[in-house]
Amino acid sequence: MASGLHKSDVANPVLRWIDARLPVITMLQKEYGTFPTPRNFNYFWNFGALAMVNLLIMIATGIFLAMSYTPHVNYAFDSVERIMRDVNFGWLLRYVHANGASMFFIVVYVHIWRGLYYGSYKAPRELLWILGVVIFLLMMATAFMGYVLPWGQMSFWGATVITNLFSAFPLVGEHIVTWLWGGFSVDNPTLNRFFSLHYLLPFVIFGVVFLHVAALHITGSNNPLGIDPKGPQDTLPFHPYYTAKDSVGLVVYFIVFAVLVFFFPNLLGHPDNYIPADPLVTPPHIVPEWYFLPFYAILRAVPSKLGGVLMMFGSIAVLFILPWLDTSPVRSMRFRPLARIALLVWLVSFLVLLYCGGKPPDEPYVTIARIATLYYFAYFLVILPLLGRLERPLPLPESIALPVLRGGGPLPAGAVSKPMEKA
Amino acid sequence: MRRLTSLKGLLLAAGLLAAGPALAAGEGVELPNTRFSFDGIFGHFDRASAQRGFQVYKEVCANCHSMHLLSYRHLRELGLSEAEVRAIAATVQVQDGPNDEGQMFERAGRPSDRFRSPFPNAQAARAANNGALPPDLSVIVKARENGADYIHALLTGYEDPPAGVTLMPGMNYNKYFPGHQIGMAPPLNSEGQVEFHDGTKATVEQMVNDVVQFLAWAAEPEMEQRKAMGVKIVVFLVVLGFLAYSVKRKVWADVH
Amino acid sequence: MAESMAQTAPQDGETRRDFLQLVTGAFAAVGVGAVVWPFISSMNPARDVLALSTTEVDLTPIATGSAVTVMWRGKPVFVRNRTAEEIKEAREVPLAELRDPATDQSRVKKDNWLILVGVCTHLGCVPLGQKPTDPRGDYGGWFCPCHGSHYDTSGRIRRGPAPANLLVPDYTFTSDTQIRVG
Repeated sequence: MASGLHKSDVANPVLRWIDARLPVITMLQKEYGTFPTPRNFNYFWNFGALAMVNLLIMIATGIFLAMSYTPHVNYAFDSVERIMRDVNFGWLLRYVHANGASMFFIVVYVHIWRGLYYGSYKAPRELLWILGVVIFLLMMATAFMGYVLPWGQMSFWGATVITNLFSAFPLVGEHIVTWLWGGFSVDNPTLNRFFSLHYLLPFVIFGVVFLHVAALHITGSNNPLGIDPKGPQDTLPFHPYYTAKDSVGLVVYFIVFAVLVFFFPNLLGHPDNYIPADPLVTPPHIVPEWYFLPFYAILRAVPSKLGGVLMMFGSIAVLFILPWLDTSPVRSMRFRPLARIALLVWLVSFLVLLYCGGKPPDEPYVTIARIATLYYFAYFLVILPLLGRLERPLPLPESIALPVLRGGGPLPAGAVSKPMEKA
Repeated sequence: MRRLTSLKGLLLAAGLLAAGPALAAGEGVELPNTRFSFDGIFGHFDRASAQRGFQVYKEVCANCHSMHLLSYRHLRELGLSEAEVRAIAATVQVQDGPNDEGQMFERAGRPSDRFRSPFPNAQAARAANNGALPPDLSVIVKARENGADYIHALLTGYEDPPAGVTLMPGMNYNKYFPGHQIGMAPPLNSEGQVEFHDGTKATVEQMVNDVVQFLAWAAEPEMEQRKAMGVKIVVFLVVLGFLAYSVKRKVWADVH
Repeated sequence: MAESMAQTAPQDGETRRDFLQLVTGAFAAVGVGAVVWPFISSMNPARDVLALSTTEVDLTPIATGSAVTVMWRGKPVFVRNRTAEEIKEAREVPLAELRDPATDQSRVKKDNWLILVGVCTHLGCVPLGQKPTDPRGDYGGWFCPCHGSHYDTSGRIRRGPAPANLLVPDYTFTSDTQIRVG
């Protein structure tokens, strides 16, 4: 410590000079090179890396779009169409950004599903999970405000309907709405602040992602078996094993992304958003973007306005306390036959809500959405706490290495006994 | 088991994607599915047809409908020459100014000018059209469910109201319009309404097809470049995918 | 460092220091609040927005039986000069028949002038019925084309999905022929 320099073992002298003063290379080597990672990840474990890439794509395209966008009610719509027509590759930037939002939610929904299925939210990863839910909330706020920026009919009316939700709160509701709008209806001040916040929030997300990853590197990753690695035979260095595996997932993700952007760029959007916003004409039925539909369905499933708003926020809030609602010590649903079925039914209820949210608020969709809402909450608040006590989980494998070697294809002779010796 | 669970992830992603069209498809009348040259991943615009379509727009639609997001210079992309575009732009008078005396003045249009709108503002448009606002057509194909199919159906969907339906004054019956009562009178209704420069016979069907071709181009002028680039990028990614997968197999060979 | 000193300090000095810390903390909190407030407050409606928060309407050109729409706070406001027949109709309805019971008298300041926010209480559409050619619904008032809510000649909801009557904004008669909305 006398010299105050970090002892670097990097070969290249220039890099060593840097590393001695700012040990970024040592850090990268430790966290992404030799970082011990469970050897039995499946492709679900790609989605964290995919989400990270997606965030960077959104920030990059967003910064360049902002150079050509005008946040004013009279010019916003036209400036977006100018990007589409006259800015070089403007259409590419915008379609990547617009579809990137959808891709981001697909990736994050799968990532969350992975956490639910393999119990990644359980001790010791509770805070890691909570940071993830914070990211999800920030994403929703960012996506919502971003959708307002093109100032089409759905932008305007979506903003009106969603900001009006806050008026459901007694006493302060109306004041909150006026404060959010900066006026007495969704108007230019609203558009301006949404643009400002839409630009800011991704960097906040980036910060929370950093914490999320930092927390992950303290506890280490969960894995499909949900049991802790017991020694080096259970793990692999992150590089090259998982860099190679993530690359495969990344290319598949890019293919899906490219097909959307280049061949179906408006598939997930709403045609009404190509009609400029008009405060005097309401679209016949207002729908949010597809990724909000499950929550929109929950909102509408409740007959009271305040009740609906509370349930909608509650459907996300419940995720924060999930680590303490699930009382079972077993992480992976592979070893929880009853909870596994309950969770799959929960997935169905989520998809049913997604479907109902896009339908007009009539029968039979209202009743179906109510049943699905009930189950959505029952899973977290009733089924999980009870099952933890009632269910008898299947016997857990002794170590990660064991079932991997048994399960995977033809083995070289003696491979089975090797890890046993080490353990 | 391992392979199965990883497949599930992809299936879920595919399921979410598949929900898209289900959400986009609305209720209402079944539209006839028209074949257009710009359909599909190798789709392209029929330049001659789109040029005729521009003529239909200019001589018929433009009396009520603006296309203010387009400039005359954009017509170059349809294959019109610089001189032709200049000539077209020069046929309109646009307001410019103020000049040195502080006065606004009228001058002949230039290629860089936006398409001239038939009305100075929405109120004037409503006043002249019995209270109905003729929508701007710049992105109309993107702004309607089923895009070009819908526009084509709408333009050919005028008929006498069925028994029992009374039209409100000034309205017309159209089987494809939501609510069926539309303020716009049948715009393309008689053969020869437009005399095409290229000598094509101007049947109603021809004019409708051409104007839809033009409007589709106007809404998505980037489409040809987009699709061509998409084919190349997807091919590139598939090759890269195979490479990445073989690298992954090689790396993991000693583990499995 | 403070802790190590606290361990050696005499008893009353400790309480004095605790008190000082508390007061300092409270002062700092007030300071933070004072810094935060301008930021929060800047998001409330600006003065130019507030300047447009009232709208004056001259009633002279509105003939009996006709209506005008004015913009107020980004929303349409319906001003209708009702006929004697319409007033009679609105007042003869038994309150028990109404979904959102309110007497016609409670919704107007002068019998013939009905002032309403023209936003459907269902999902915020703008009902039709202002122009003579518009459909006025089955109760002679307004009809919302979005989801088919019918309002009567007092702007009360009579049929359809809307839960409440059309809102009556705050307004005052500044003279016999002029009102100020807001």
